[in-house]
Amino acid sequence: MSRRAVITGVGVVAPGGVGREAFWKLLSDGRTATRRISLFDPASFRSQMAAEADFDPVAAGLGPRQIRRMDRAAQFAVVSAREAVEDSGYDFAAADPARTGVSIGSAVGCTMGLEEEYVLLSDAGKHWLVDHTYGVPHLYGYMVPSTLAVEVAWEVGAEGPVALVSTGCTSGLDSIGHGVQLIEEGTSDVVLAGATDAPLSPITSACFDAIKATSPSNSDPEHASRPFDAERDGFVLGEGAAVLVLEDKTAAEARGARIYGEIVGYAGRSNAFHMTGLKANGREMAEAIKVCLDRARLDPSAVDYINAHGSGTKQNDRHETAAFKRSLGEHAYRVPVSSIKSMVGHSLGAIGSIEVAACALALDRQVVPPTANLRNPDPECDLDYVPLTAREHAMDVVLSVGSGFGGFQSATVLARHGAVDHEREANAA
Amino acid sequence: MSAVTAPAPRSATGVTTAVRPPVVTGLGIVAPTGTDAAAHWRSVLEGTSAIGRITLFDPSSYPVRLAGQVPGFSARERVPSRLIQQTDRWTHLGLAAAEAALADAGAHPAELPEYELAVVTASSSGGTEFGQHEMENLYQHTPEWVGAYQSIAWFYAATTGQISIRHGLRGPCGVLCCEQAGGLDAIGQSRRLIRTGAKLVMTGGTDASLCPYGLTAQLTTGQLSTVQDPARAYLPFDSEASGYLPGEGGALLVVEDADAAEARGAGHRYGQVLGYAAGFDPPPDSDRGPVLARTVGAALADAGLQPGEVDVVFADALGVPEADRAEAAALAEVFGPCGVPVTAPKTLTGRLYGGGAALDAATALLALRDQVIPHTAGPSAPAPGYGIDLVLGEPRHQELRTALVVARGYGGFNAALVLGHSAFRDT
Repeated sequence: MSRRAVITGVGVVAPGGVGREAFWKLLSDGRTATRRISLFDPASFRSQMAAEADFDPVAAGLGPRQIRRMDRAAQFAVVSAREAVEDSGYDFAAADPARTGVSIGSAVGCTMGLEEEYVLLSDAGKHWLVDHTYGVPHLYGYMVPSTLAVEVAWEVGAEGPVALVSTGCTSGLDSIGHGVQLIEEGTSDVVLAGATDAPLSPITSACFDAIKATSPSNSDPEHASRPFDAERDGFVLGEGAAVLVLEDKTAAEARGARIYGEIVGYAGRSNAFHMTGLKANGREMAEAIKVCLDRARLDPSAVDYINAHGSGTKQNDRHETAAFKRSLGEHAYRVPVSSIKSMVGHSLGAIGSIEVAACALALDRQVVPPTANLRNPDPECDLDYVPLTAREHAMDVVLSVGSGFGGFQSATVLARHGAVDHEREANAA
Repeated sequence: MSAVTAPAPRSATGVTTAVRPPVVTGLGIVAPTGTDAAAHWRSVLEGTSAIGRITLFDPSSYPVRLAGQVPGFSARERVPSRLIQQTDRWTHLGLAAAEAALADAGAHPAELPEYELAVVTASSSGGTEFGQHEMENLYQHTPEWVGAYQSIAWFYAATTGQISIRHGLRGPCGVLCCEQAGGLDAIGQSRRLIRTGAKLVMTGGTDASLCPYGLTAQLTTGQLSTVQDPARAYLPFDSEASGYLPGEGGALLVVEDADAAEARGAGHRYGQVLGYAAGFDPPPDSDRGPVLARTVGAALADAGLQPGEVDVVFADALGVPEADRAEAAALAEVFGPCGVPVTAPKTLTGRLYGGGAALDAATALLALRDQVIPHTAGPSAPAPGYGIDLVLGEPRHQELRTALVVARGYGGFNAALVLGHSAFRDT
């Protein structure tokens, strides 16, 4: 198996500014994009905050038919895909469409559209037998999340495998892993891989309120997302998308593409324990990390930065810290770890891809984004979480992990182009 | 050291060179045609339709009032009571099917390496009915009326997660949403997981979106049949084709690494997964044609088969004339006019979305086992010019070495799966 997948294009729609550079500016400045929800009136909810994307579909280049047809999550995905394609310089029009694949992740699909239409057709919940005569033509497109992958496929003219991967909050790591696999096995030469979610609607807020997963610190939204902090009290919802152009490494090198990095490892494991609960020992996430590094043929000590899931719930941050120690041993205490959810919130399935995009940019710029709002360290979380301020740091290998409902644990490893090839070959021998 | 298989993989996702096709060792079927595999297969061979008037809610105000419901499914008997209230009907059906598939395979997860047990299911629209209830609670009352289980019942990964937890399957978990094609994509993904170190994969899918909001959404495609006669409403490939009817249920399959299945004495049971491919149609306004023929060709190449080595095709059979014509043309392009028997037992159940293609694959495996092609009940003849050998009237007994299953999902998804008899090419 000699085919490898490299990242040649990055597109992002995230809170704090549309586009890759605005996203990186927010992260490297250590600013937070969490605020009181403006997309609907949050007054009746326990958690009233979110990291919202200041997204104008017209300014982002979408046409009227697209805007009418597409849920906000689809708009994010298409705009991210466009930016990634432009960034890559890959000539999709000249490529064989059958060799172009799409792998898009999403945890909750077109929730906003589904909810808005439900309110209209049921007269605000009055009628169980909803009025079908007013169903908009694209309502079924909202009900099936596969629409998100369809829109990206249409955008680039893909005719190879197209999939919507939906594994809750690990969707964005798993969709990229799936895209890497399409390239490695030889099915596709280029894959648009990423994830999108636009979950900021009353039903989403209500369901996370019900399990007290989201932060109730409504008086100070900018400082509410506090991963690894002793006073953390839940995650802050977010929204957004990131799409990457993944290419076969040899072909990308041959066309002289700018290569952000190679995806050298990916693995998923499950805790088979609880849909939302995590055991404190981090056992299955540690296993995912170990398998991932094994596939990458890298020693744990090779990891130069960990982009943590770091949601800011009590149990997650403890679970994850244990997983890092369990998989990396003493090296866990030496490697910088950070959570960008402190700045862009938790956009459910999208965040895994947004975090991989952050890793690609971190490798490119040799800067570790910080964990914002980390002012009171939790004694149980005793690693180097890069508090408050971004850090210049030499990096060849970065690890990104995700943990989600269902008990799913995923890990992926990126390497700077060409930086660790010798080491990996030696380890394989 | 981790449980990953030696030697060290040469790829980021652990892909190793395939040695032997995976085998299917267990089937769990919960479908309109029966709540176990034997009952389903009997209904299919007898051509007993499960299409009837919708009873899950009052359908009288909707233009579509017929569907394939799973009759006599008792969640109380098949699903732990704690999980009944925590999950949507789609997951109830999935949990019941998964348990049956494991039992059928004689596999005891607790005795197998935990990280080599994986799950990948198809979901088309998640916990639709559960979601409608909770949105009703939200909008008729206040946010506090939304229950804690909405967060784990509505999303598309609920069934995979619950199956993983219930049976202790700690390997990779996956969910693919490609509408009706998803079931084949999940089985294709199960083969990838086996190539990356999994030994046993629970795969397939179920669906249950027969609630008022679910049906209303489906109506907006304009592809559902509004004919009110249960025997005449869903007639794929017939000149009277008027769309399709929806249904609920599906199938889960236990797919295993062939060596691992032999090692635990399970043999090849139902058959082998020989080939798979996926493709995607260009947008509706494109002048490029659909990709089904190419996708079928790719699946055959993947299986190392010539078209003449395919003994039966389980068709997608949408029942929308334009789509039927395109499918017939694709099959004629690959196999020649009337070059292979074609069947679509899904006329008995309606289209099951996330569960549909998985059920077709399960039915194809039963056909391979018993060397009989079930007929397509309903249509009287293929429309003129379609050029397909549609198996009509009664089952056709003949030697079956291989079966091709074809599926298309709304929006442009195409998938093709090639299954082989348990003894095919066996050495």
